[in-house]
Amino acid sequence: MVHILEARDVSKHFGGIGALEDVSFKIRKGAIISIIGPNGAGKTTLFNCLTGIARPDRGAIYFMENEISKLPAHRVTELGIARTFQNIRLFPEMTVIENVMVAQHLRVRYGLLSAIAHNRTFRKKEKDIIEKAFEYVGFVGLENFARTPACNLSYGSQRRLEIARALATEPGLLLLDEPTAGMNAIETMEVMDLIAQIRELGKTIVLIEHDMKLVMGISEWIIVLDHGVKIAEGTAEEVRNDPLVIDAYLGKEAVQ
Amino acid sequence: MRNKRLLVRSLIIASWAAILFLPFKGIRGAAELFLVIAAGIPVFHFLQRGMVLPKHFRSVVSFLRPFFIPVFLIAALAVPFLAGDYYLDVLIMCGIYILLALGLNVIVGFAGLLNLGFAAFYAIGAYIYGLLNTKLGIGFWPCLPVSAAGTACAGLLVAVPALRLRGDYLAIVTLGFGEILRLVLNNWDSVTNGPNGISGIAPPQLAGISLGNLKYFYYLVLAIVLLSVFVIRRVERSRTGRAWIALRENEIAASSIGINVTRYKLYAFAFGSFWAGIAGILFAAKMRFISPESFTFAESVLILSMVILGGTGNIYGAIAGAFLLVLLPEVLREVQLYRMLILGIGLVLLMIFKPEGLLGKNLRKIRQPVED
Repeated sequence: MVHILEARDVSKHFGGIGALEDVSFKIRKGAIISIIGPNGAGKTTLFNCLTGIARPDRGAIYFMENEISKLPAHRVTELGIARTFQNIRLFPEMTVIENVMVAQHLRVRYGLLSAIAHNRTFRKKEKDIIEKAFEYVGFVGLENFARTPACNLSYGSQRRLEIARALATEPGLLLLDEPTAGMNAIETMEVMDLIAQIRELGKTIVLIEHDMKLVMGISEWIIVLDHGVKIAEGTAEEVRNDPLVIDAYLGKEAVQ
Repeated sequence: MRNKRLLVRSLIIASWAAILFLPFKGIRGAAELFLVIAAGIPVFHFLQRGMVLPKHFRSVVSFLRPFFIPVFLIAALAVPFLAGDYYLDVLIMCGIYILLALGLNVIVGFAGLLNLGFAAFYAIGAYIYGLLNTKLGIGFWPCLPVSAAGTACAGLLVAVPALRLRGDYLAIVTLGFGEILRLVLNNWDSVTNGPNGISGIAPPQLAGISLGNLKYFYYLVLAIVLLSVFVIRRVERSRTGRAWIALRENEIAASSIGINVTRYKLYAFAFGSFWAGIAGILFAAKMRFISPESFTFAESVLILSMVILGGTGNIYGAIAGAFLLVLLPEVLREVQLYRMLILGIGLVLLMIFKPEGLLGKNLRKIRQPVED
């Protein structure tokens, strides 16, 4: 299986406005792929369709040979797609560690009666959950904030925590919606490193990103959306020189 | 800094309480009240969070902490030997309302689903026992699981149509359900005996002894309340409880990390209603008489106030809220005419000065497990 994800003619309309029009693409396993396009191009809508948060009006999405376009979000997560959100959606009143603990919901299970009895199953699994949570929190570099409520974290740290939480669902495919939005140059660099490390773990990563330097440097395949239509895809080099892309998004100056 | 703010805040709360009481209790009474509250709030805070205190105080508190529960238990067990029937009666009502507040806290506090018709579930628990007992002669103990499970099922039933709704809309649906149920109880004469209610409900029996005696009944309620706190606390700190809180905090994020939002909303409704059912059967067994009048909208609001007052989502807050709202009207009985007024003003002021409730949210402290 070379492709982990395939979208076929995915369309989504809001009222009369087409947010996505017959978008098709394939994503190779283990790759880092970027989706770019101007604001309102349908990038986040596409993520919502891929993760079961929105249901496409037409088309099909295959994830590891399962049709997922009609599944609810929690089923999609169970199959192995995790995401972060452009407008950060943490559990603000839970601590950092709890945010990551709750994300293991699908992977470590026990019954309500075990929880009430505090039996051996419960104690063992709960210990696993906590240990793993500290691992993920450490992985994104938030170990010193484990007991801080998520709402008290800085903006950059909140984005990192979202990544840790997504990883805790043990996904094969990770969708990052503008992971460096609002970050300074140093923080952006750090997130880039983090993304590279996540890829080393064998995960496929799809990014929505506006920082062109970041996109061109890291991704081996780029998909360009404009007004809900896929106008180009290819390697960084190909996309950069595509006249349609230059017209819609990059602008003439970027090329010169 | 934090200490100073706490002190200022407790002084403010103490002064408003004192000013409210001034016309009724005179200067001396008001001054006493002021001192008790001004000293009580900081002490209570320090016991709650040992960390606010300087180091040596903290070690004293942590030394005392293990004694907290035993002392409380002994005091609770000793009450019937020290107090008269009036106090027992009030404490039993406290216990019943604690169960209700704890149950509603699961729905509103943990899962974040506003429920304005909780008295309906209380009524279902009470009427299941009332009817089974008076019509079929079934005793308290077999009815206890039936009432609890029946009420939990009713919770599921209401939750199913309400699932797509959030916030205000859900509140309206639950409010409607509460009113519908009360009207059914009021008008279905052939079964519920309408507004005349059901009388002659038997008190529980245990080993041939009737628990109708207030002392015994007090112990029964105490045991059930302790059990409920134990169970709810453990559920809160489990996978299920975390899923509920995630749901409350951000529904879309919760579904995106794999929580089945629909299912966990149903669980919350069922689990919360379960305790209302138990409160209902205890109420029916204590009063031996039930009528729709006991389960009005005002009752739902009262229970919700307990949860919000104590601190939404905090088990101990719900308990404190229930105590306060049962005890306060009793304490204020002397000033009959004004007691609801005072209570109302008090609640408004409390919400202004401490909108997160008496105890606020409690963050769970999780220790990193040590390698063994």
